[in-house]
Amino acid sequence: MAEPVVAIVGGGPAGLRAAQVLAEAGLRPLLLDEGHRAGGQIYRRPPAGAERPATELYGFEAGRARALHDLADALAPRIDHRPGTMVWGIAPREPVGFDLDCLGPAGHGRIPVDRLILATGAMDRTLPFPGWTLPGVFTLGAAQIALKAQGMAIGRRVALVGAGPLLPLVAHQYAKAGATIVAVLDVTPLGAKVAAAPRLAAMPATLAKGVWYTLRGALRGVPVRAGVRAVAVEGDRQVEALAWEDSRGRRHRVPCDAVGASFGLRSEAQAADLAGCRFVFDPLTRQWQPERSAEGRSSHAHVYLAGDGSGIGGADVAELQGARTALALLADLGRPRDAAREARLDRRLDRQAGFRAALEAAYPYPHHLVEGIADDEIVCRCEGITAGAIRRTATERDAREMNRLKALTRTGMGRCQGRVCGHAAAEILALTLTVPVEAVGRLRGQAPIKPIPLREPA
Amino acid sequence: MEHLTVDVAIIGGGTAACAAAVALREAGLTVALLEKRLCGAGASGVNFGGVRQQGRDLAELPLSRRARLLWDGLSAKLAEDVGFEATGHIKLARSDADMALLEAYARDAAGHGLDLQLMGPNALRAEMPWLGPAVVGASLSPTDGQANPRVVGPAFARLARRLGAEIREHAPVRHAAHDGTGFAVEAEGVSVRSRTLVNAAGAYGGAVAGWFGEAAPVAPLAPNMVVTEPLPHLVTRSIGVVGGDVYVRQTRRGNVVLGGGRGTADSVDGLARPVTATSLGAGARTLALIPDLAHAHVIRSWSGLDGEMPDHIPVIGPSATTPGLVHAFGFSGHGFQLGPVVGEILAELVTQGRSASPLHPFRIERFAEWRGPYRSDGEIEH
Ligand SMILES: Cc1cc2nc3c(=O)[nH]c(=O)nc-3n(C[C@H](O)[C@H](O)[C@H](O)COP(=O)(O)OP(=O)(O)OC[C@H]3O[C@@H](n4cnc5c(N)ncnc54)[C@H](O)[C@@H]3O)c2cc1C
Ligand SMILES: Cc1cc2nc3c(=O)[nH]c(=O)nc-3n(C[C@H](O)[C@H](O)[C@H](O)COP(=O)(O)OP(=O)(O)OC[C@H]3O[C@@H](n4cnc5c(N)ncnc54)[C@H](O)[C@@H]3O)c2cc1C
Repeated sequence: MAEPVVAIVGGGPAGLRAAQVLAEAGLRPLLLDEGHRAGGQIYRRPPAGAERPATELYGFEAGRARALHDLADALAPRIDHRPGTMVWGIAPREPVGFDLDCLGPAGHGRIPVDRLILATGAMDRTLPFPGWTLPGVFTLGAAQIALKAQGMAIGRRVALVGAGPLLPLVAHQYAKAGATIVAVLDVTPLGAKVAAAPRLAAMPATLAKGVWYTLRGALRGVPVRAGVRAVAVEGDRQVEALAWEDSRGRRHRVPCDAVGASFGLRSEAQAADLAGCRFVFDPLTRQWQPERSAEGRSSHAHVYLAGDGSGIGGADVAELQGARTALALLADLGRPRDAAREARLDRRLDRQAGFRAALEAAYPYPHHLVEGIADDEIVCRCEGITAGAIRRTATERDAREMNRLKALTRTGMGRCQGRVCGHAAAEILALTLTVPVEAVGRLRGQAPIKPIPLREPA
Repeated sequence: MEHLTVDVAIIGGGTAACAAAVALREAGLTVALLEKRLCGAGASGVNFGGVRQQGRDLAELPLSRRARLLWDGLSAKLAEDVGFEATGHIKLARSDADMALLEAYARDAAGHGLDLQLMGPNALRAEMPWLGPAVVGASLSPTDGQANPRVVGPAFARLARRLGAEIREHAPVRHAAHDGTGFAVEAEGVSVRSRTLVNAAGAYGGAVAGWFGEAAPVAPLAPNMVVTEPLPHLVTRSIGVVGGDVYVRQTRRGNVVLGGGRGTADSVDGLARPVTATSLGAGARTLALIPDLAHAHVIRSWSGLDGEMPDHIPVIGPSATTPGLVHAFGFSGHGFQLGPVVGEILAELVTQGRSASPLHPFRIERFAEWRGPYRSDGEIEH
């Protein structure tokens, strides 16, 4: 019998570990990754020829980054790696399997596969605040990508705002790279972090180094604040200053020319949606994600899930899940099982789950920011839809669900298809209707996952 | 479990059903409308948005002409901007044979009072210099246009509600029957008793008719749609072609919407999805018509589920088996433009037993002895 064709979408820690396990079992998996070099988000590699020392780029994670990059290089001859390739459509094939629509260096291509591992990672979660659409405002992730991929800071005087472990991490990385940081503002309370700290510190995980108060020592003289109640970017045509209200209601203002701001991560789950996976609401991170068993199986018999694309767990968890889900896939193919290895991974994943819960406790959801979004604030920037328009549509036009909101207002109907604004729009809609956010549902995904040219590239 | 007793129960919540609820309330009858999902989320909410008389089966033209009059006042009536614009619908010929078909249709349509203007290559290029070389002529229907399908159905539903109709969403009807004295309609969470029953269940209209022992061969129809990012305004009219393998319009916002060919439809779970090869094919045909779109990006593709009759015209009229039951379904890919008038016609049928519009071609009896094919895979014009 011919070997089944297994495709992995995403070449981050999760996808690479999955590829490794499959290659070890003698399969030759396809690894489809939008990135130009394998590594994913956290271990993003500079373009060939622009390398810098790993310790400079990845700080604490340099060792892991190097290990993963070495793995990618070692796997090269044993897998079918297609970098720079976006999977933009996934269609079921009769009787089983999928056709993947891809856009790569050679144009459009359609790849028939039998089984899929989706390791598509996450992106920053944004919330609107005054001035958030001004040039010079970036997400924290974008600020980090600029540093890792291009060796550039987003500005000369940078303020950072956040509600997740990425905030102290990016602050550290910027400080280390010699950038001038003028403020680090966490919109979640310090108390939550202190309470969670013992559980966090006990974990040997990447994100544990993000514990808040270590940053304070590193950035003497710079305001490093938690419990920030409100932020606003000021400027005429570009960022000129960041104003904020501290935990006691006092107002501050600091001149700057760039702001990095985002509020946690959201899974990039459109591929799972197109593949037909069932979604469940994760109350911890307040988002819909494809349902995933502990072993990495989805609700669909031929789709497997790993990494941040199906539950925010961080890079270490992504690696473990990548390996685990590949083992599950091999078991489903009837390959001999390595029970000891499975059990080892399960134990480590189990331990990580506790860490993750602690992490979320340290960065509770910033409800006060959603409540404070003014009616004239733009929420969907592709289509210019304001929070007021969303609230009015909910109450006057009976929009009780996200797809209906989209149909009536165009929220999430632009280039990003709701990847950026969908979360904030759902929170605003739910708050207006006084229902839990899961009650307003989620935007349905459709191909293409990201924009593609109308004309087929020759 | 909720119990309602009304004059008229309506199965379905598309434009036809919601417009009927409005017209029936205006006629003073009590109404309960039962929709499986959300009103206007089926074919009515996801279609291409073409408001077109040109190219219709001649049997449909009287209804379509009457519907067109309603579109002018629709935003005012619904107290909501439905985005209707009479941009004209232009049907392009890509060969002399195509042109001959357009000429013949224009003559027939004139008999129904629809004025179509035939254009040769020079007139056409003078007006639309951006058309590609494949186009040799066209037929323009200046009074046709386009509207925003996403708002029309929900706006009709809200008006019906304001007028006092009982509207239940997420209430799929499991069964309906006539028990000698009236209709008993069983839906999830609600049961309705009524004197009259309207079947406006779209692609599922045939199944509902089947509950009353009537044959109506409805096939699932899933037109394949693609939309680009917003672009500078270029495509001034709603565009179709002879043969129907591609159609294009540009929205007020600037997005270019294009269709052509079929997606896939699963009539069991109501899921319709686009097909890549079809999307790319429609894209290529669009570029042959409008080369200037070469650098546009596609941001989304989709499909929706309509009911297709073997002869491509709907079923509209009283049941042949059950007095008090009225059908309106199977609009075969072009029922968006008709929606507002179908509501009025249904109200006429319920209140007077007859309609001001000629409905003979749409009677359900035509399928009692139907031996023809149950579905075609040809192109469907919108
Ligand atoms: C901008 C950003 C910065 C982050 N920085 C850190 C950090 O410093 N420390 C930390 O612990 N965590 C960080 N995280 C969290 C991080 O996502 C995880 O720790 C880790 O990278 C997850 O690994 P993964 O394999 O699940 O996904 P990723 O590493 O995100 O890899 C997913 C890969 O899939 C590709 N992909 C996605 N969709 C498609 C598609 N349709 N077709 C083809 N390819 C596709 C992506 O391009 C990417 O290469 C960051 C997240 C983001 C978004
Ligand atoms: C992609 C696409 C493009 C199109 N383009 C055009 C165009 O440009 N111009 C044009 O004129 N027409 C167009 N059409 C056709 C047009 O949209 C339809 O003909 C029209 O909307 C049909 O209206 P309807 O009310 O009969 O059906 P629908 O809108 O489908 O409504 C039927 C409703 O009945 C509900 N239902 C079914 N069974 C039950 C049950 N058992 N209990 C409760 N509820 C039930 C369904 O959920 C559905 O909401 C297009 C159609 C599609 C799908």
